[in-house]
Amino acid sequence: MVIAAVILGLVALVGLWFVVTYNALVRRRNNCDNAWAQIDVQLRRRYDLIPNLVETVKGYAAHERGVFEAVTNARAAAIDAKGVGEQAQAETGLTKALKSLFAVVENYPQLKANENFLALQEELTATEGRIAYARQFYNEVALALNNKIQMVPSSIVAGMTGFKIRDYFEAEEASREPVNVRF
Amino acid sequence: MIEQIAGNRRKTAALITLFVLLVVALGWALSLLLRGGPALMVIAAVIAVVVSFTSYYSSDRIVLAVSGAKEADRATYARYHNLVEGVCIAAGIAKPRLYVINSDSPNAFATGRNPAHSAIAVTTGLLDKLNRVEIEGVLAHEMAHIKNEDVRLMAVVATLAGLAALVADWGLRALFWGGGRRGARDAERVGGVYLLPLALVLIILAPLASQIIRFAISRRREFQADASGVYLTRYPPGLISALGKISADPAPLRQANVATQHLWISEPTRKHGTRGSWWERAFSTHPPIEERIAALKDL
Repeated sequence: MVIAAVILGLVALVGLWFVVTYNALVRRRNNCDNAWAQIDVQLRRRYDLIPNLVETVKGYAAHERGVFEAVTNARAAAIDAKGVGEQAQAETGLTKALKSLFAVVENYPQLKANENFLALQEELTATEGRIAYARQFYNEVALALNNKIQMVPSSIVAGMTGFKIRDYFEAEEASREPVNVRF
Repeated sequence: MIEQIAGNRRKTAALITLFVLLVVALGWALSLLLRGGPALMVIAAVIAVVVSFTSYYSSDRIVLAVSGAKEADRATYARYHNLVEGVCIAAGIAKPRLYVINSDSPNAFATGRNPAHSAIAVTTGLLDKLNRVEIEGVLAHEMAHIKNEDVRLMAVVATLAGLAALVADWGLRALFWGGGRRGARDAERVGGVYLLPLALVLIILAPLASQIIRFAISRRREFQADASGVYLTRYPPGLISALGKISADPAPLRQANVATQHLWISEPTRKHGTRGSWWERAFSTHPPIEERIAALKDL
């Protein structure tokens, strides 16, 4: 009788631990998904800013057609990119194209003083920063999830319920650096 | 970086433990000197908690009003808003309300009882005199205060300090007016004759000791906000050069006073460049800028 009660109690305890651990894993996985979505939000914001920027620069430097085309193409490539690897590569290309656009701007003092341009430049710089921060935050929550998945004893629950390790975002120098020089 | 953050956490826990022990010892001293000590202790605790929590709940509004802070609108302060939003993403917390204070002196503070009710205020001098990465370093420091819930921690610390002061005050008054004589005689009877002087010393020194511990906790939280702020930006040089510029700036901050000085990123009433006596250091809410910079370079 006593033994049965003890066994029943133990089973209940193990079941409770299982539920708590499983919920902790789910919470971390949701955090991961949310952080991943945040990166996309910031990338999209950058895509949205670029046409405005190109139009503004065009108003002052219409003949620099090559640079505009490069930026527009790089933007399209980044939007169409599939998968993490291709995406990273396309983003690097876009950053490079933007760099050459800002290099062109250096030759147009009037443009550099244009309020609309300055506002766009501020927004773009800030968005670059936010992309880097969003990736950094994703890495952090991915680390928290991966730790939970790999560490004993939560690894037992994770193994039984099929949780998968998340990849980290590798920071390439190009995307971490802000595109423009200080202003 | 992570070791420094963990170390700061341990030291804060040790200081809080010390503080609680001090208050418990004070309670013991009071019960030794006075009949009805434990009951008095409970009354003192209730008063301290009520006083601290009313100020805790309205702390943000009061501090912002006293400092003459005005809400920062998005269009005029685009960079300020953008930088805060970036650091918020890195910290994974909601965006606090943003305020500006009209002053040439570069400085900033964060307030609010929890991340949902938080606010950051910066001076116009900070936005004008510092560059982008420096401002970001300062904002990350403030964001770290919010994320670490330092306002809540310091409210608990203020409660303990208030409790210590109240109990010590009552103990001294009672002794002075002779109310403690009977209690003291009781103590002698139970062999407390050796402990009595100790209890007296404790009651006299407790308010001073509690202030020293309180300031030590405040300084530890500054180190912690520096380290965890830089953990968000991953760029120590930004905060280092910001602290250098802030401490080198000669403009006085009129909107700060003794009541709010512990909040600012750099103590506004302090003269920089002097190390100060141990006495001055023990009663400072912030560590010397040079020590903070040294700790940041150590990351």
